[in-house]
Amino acid sequence: MEMKEAIFNYCLRYADSSLIIGHRLSEWCGHGPILEEDIAMTNVALDLVGQSRSFYQYAAKVEGKDRTEDDLAYLRDEREYRNTLLTEQPNGDFGQTMMRQFLFDSFQVLFFEKLKESKDEDMSAIAFKSIKESKYHLRHSSQWVIRLGDGTEESHQRIQNSLEDLWRFSDELFEMNEIDEVLIKDGIAVDLSTIKDHWMQNVVDVLAEATLNVPEDTFMATGSREGKHSEHLGYLLAEMQVLPRTYPGAKW
Amino acid sequence: MVTFLSKDQIWNYLSEIPDPEIPAINIIELGVVRDVKVDDAQVEVIITPTYSGCPAMKMIEDNIYLHLKSKNIDNVKVTTILSPAWTTDWITEEAKEKLNKYGIAPPQKEIACPQCASQNVECISQFGSTPCKAQYRCKDCREPFDYFKCH
Ligand SMILES: [Zn+2]
Repeated sequence: MEMKEAIFNYCLRYADSSLIIGHRLSEWCGHGPILEEDIAMTNVALDLVGQSRSFYQYAAKVEGKDRTEDDLAYLRDEREYRNTLLTEQPNGDFGQTMMRQFLFDSFQVLFFEKLKESKDEDMSAIAFKSIKESKYHLRHSSQWVIRLGDGTEESHQRIQNSLEDLWRFSDELFEMNEIDEVLIKDGIAVDLSTIKDHWMQNVVDVLAEATLNVPEDTFMATGSREGKHSEHLGYLLAEMQVLPRTYPGAKW
Repeated sequence: MVTFLSKDQIWNYLSEIPDPEIPAINIIELGVVRDVKVDDAQVEVIITPTYSGCPAMKMIEDNIYLHLKSKNIDNVKVTTILSPAWTTDWITEEAKEKLNKYGIAPPQKEIACPQCASQNVECISQFGSTPCKAQYRCKDCREPFDYFKCH
């Protein structure tokens, strides 16, 4: 694989993940359990969509085929999307959303910490910008995992169920393929195997404080790196992309 | 465009543009304008976003074009850069004072109520009406207030 192609695909992977989980969070707009959390989730969504834009813009520049960030977000199909399966999982209840966010934020913080050192200046700049935001998101999602886990019997049971439901998507965050191989050699990509233990430690610490049990060894889902998604992504994209696909070039 | 424009002049014009979400301070005081380049052909204004998803950035960009146009400067280019990443350390002391007067506690270690200056305050929510703010409450005068988060 050629370097340019690898960088393009690498950026898409992280752009897609941030966009999809950002879109999921935005579905809470107007439906939050309390006003403060409605505002919190939409603020986090904005940051995540913003981060995805940075990656899409850079991907478009690297590709050099006159595609824009909007083309990349709105005109690619499910099988072309490379977001991790975790990010496309439905919101469920508020606790389920916070658990999904917590697992994701924990990854993002460690990932950006390493990507800051990337030899690719643009990616490094995105990482320096994004990590401050992701740390703040993690603080928020961790607090809720702890509060709900160490809360009432009902909240504890429900978020424990969420953890068990989502745990099978955690391995995939660290999956690497040919793209990583090409870019790690030149110090551009993050070697995900170097952050996995750290991620696990951080997650286990918070779960312990939340009095939640780390799920036993379980089946781990995979596929997004090849564009194979759960049934949920198609519906999400249909809603997210309907306007630009129905009215190409629409402006308002 | 035949007039000679100095960098200082452009900076002065830019300082007349208020932040769209917190009009008490201008975009220079907010620290989003990083550089101005002037040559015969055009004026380039280099800005950096506060937060990746801050919806005000597009408006700031548009307002730069509009305001400079109103000064008969047509050939303007606004460039957005990400590095170095924006930090609240770039907000001037003077601007922090303005924020406080406006009712927003400025970014600082010891958060104080903008109404009564008490430091006996509590966080209601880490997030607020804009990406850069959190919600607090003063436990002395009981007033809720916005806090401009350290970033
Ligand atoms: Zn007070």
